[in-house]
Amino acid sequence: MLKLENISFEVENEKEILRDVNLTIEKGKFIAITGPNGGGKSTLARIISGVLKPTKGKITFYGEDITDLSITERAQRGISFGFQQPVRFKGITVHDLINIAKGEELSVMDASHYLSEVGLCAKDYIHRELNDGLSGGEIKRIEIATIIARNTKLSIFDEPEAGIDLWSFNHLIDIFLKMHQSQENSIVIISHQERILDVADEIIAMVDGAIVKRGAKESVLPELLHCEDPKNCLNCHDILEA
Amino acid sequence: MNDIAKKLLKEVSGLDEMPKGAYNIRENSKSVARQSSENIEIVSKEDKSGIDIIVKPDTKSENVFIPALVSCSGVHDLVYNDFFIGENADITIIAGCGVSTGDSCDGSEHNGIHRFFLGKNSKVRYVEKHIGEGTGTGKRVIDPVTEVIQEEGSYMEMETTQIKGVDSTRRFTTAKLKDGAKLVIKEKLMTHGEQFAESKFEVDMDGEDSSVNLISRSVARDYSTQTFLSKINGNTRCMGHSECDAIIMDHGVVRAVPEITANSLDATLIHEAAIGKIAGDQMIKLMTLGLTEGEAEAKIIDGFLN
Repeated sequence: MLKLENISFEVENEKEILRDVNLTIEKGKFIAITGPNGGGKSTLARIISGVLKPTKGKITFYGEDITDLSITERAQRGISFGFQQPVRFKGITVHDLINIAKGEELSVMDASHYLSEVGLCAKDYIHRELNDGLSGGEIKRIEIATIIARNTKLSIFDEPEAGIDLWSFNHLIDIFLKMHQSQENSIVIISHQERILDVADEIIAMVDGAIVKRGAKESVLPELLHCEDPKNCLNCHDILEA
Repeated sequence: MNDIAKKLLKEVSGLDEMPKGAYNIRENSKSVARQSSENIEIVSKEDKSGIDIIVKPDTKSENVFIPALVSCSGVHDLVYNDFFIGENADITIIAGCGVSTGDSCDGSEHNGIHRFFLGKNSKVRYVEKHIGEGTGTGKRVIDPVTEVIQEEGSYMEMETTQIKGVDSTRRFTTAKLKDGAKLVIKEKLMTHGEQFAESKFEVDMDGEDSSVNLISRSVARDYSTQTFLSKINGNTRCMGHSECDAIIMDHGVVRAVPEITANSLDATLIHEAAIGKIAGDQMIKLMTLGLTEGEAEAKIIDGFLN
């Protein structure tokens, strides 16, 4: 479905942020990308969604070369991207944003459905502006609601857990599992959270701009953390939850 | 009323036909239609061009329409309208001005001087839209002057909108608030081409627990220029807030000059101002939802001025 071939990304006078990344994501898969900060995870997500252009390499999506396609064209072909820090807009309401995401004018009741999916009381939020009056957790959940509303072939989330409280986080896992019920659509989540890694089909570990390991959690984490038993290691637990 | 005037009327006040209740429609410096209601009387001024709108005390949930239309070029209209709002009344005033100069190279202008006298505990919502139309080089000018005097416990909300079309506007609004009076002003403005717009506000909070909330959102496109000047004086225990948010595009220029003066230890005054282009991450976000760059820009502007 999605294929990255020899993707590199470098910024002038700085080190290479991505180094020759090769990656294939199959239809219907739930993939978690993890690894230390500065490893290139967010850059990879931005390159897939078109926010950044790779300096080298090729991206194909369902057989089409999308390397030179714009953000809009990629979105229209079925790629969604949930920001780590959702954007705020003065004057644009939650209802407006869900309509834009869905690509049609939804009734309040239909739009509210997506807010309920992310655990927000729809009547309290549907007419709210996406401005500074919303907390970090609230706007994060709204961001996720827009991705659910799009229901695209590929949904990428960049650290969806950031800024979300514990109660909401448990609910978040359920949301991803529900999205994963679709055999057609794939989910890629960048996360440090062990509980997200627990429910993913596969984990990809990125260090210093390269994929160092891919596979089931049990095989990836020991190598990433240089630890024989990360599940029961307090130090590893702290690193993952950091 | 000709077709141009009918179109302007629809755009500034949403009217397809004469409304129920009180109204006065002014076209090319003359009153062309008028009706008073049981509670709202509209009478001509005797010493100058204009009307007095007299609202009886305790009038509830009534609307007054007072659109002014200039449907041809070469008109220089000056009108004085005074509103006397009785105690405990609660009404909505739909004003607005449309100026059309067609394909003429002669300009037209409308200058409305409005004074509002709000009785104790009265409540007024004032909605005003400015429209300018025409393909010729004739300048369309609207220079409104508004003076508000609010008695104890009264509430006034002013919503003013001017989206493109008006070549030059100078708006000057003053207000004096007595005990417990509240004033809310929401201004929306978009200029383009080489248009010029100036909004100037002077508010005196003289009464205890009075408050003003002044919110201006504007967009300056092309080579247009805007100036926002606000003076808020807190003369006793009171609360004042003003907020000027502007988006600049192309070669647009926006100048914000806030002045807040606390003449009392118990005055709380806040001013916020932000001027800048559309944030890049806002554009990217909407593009990741499938909008083109142009569509994303339009959505952001529409929302901002909504």
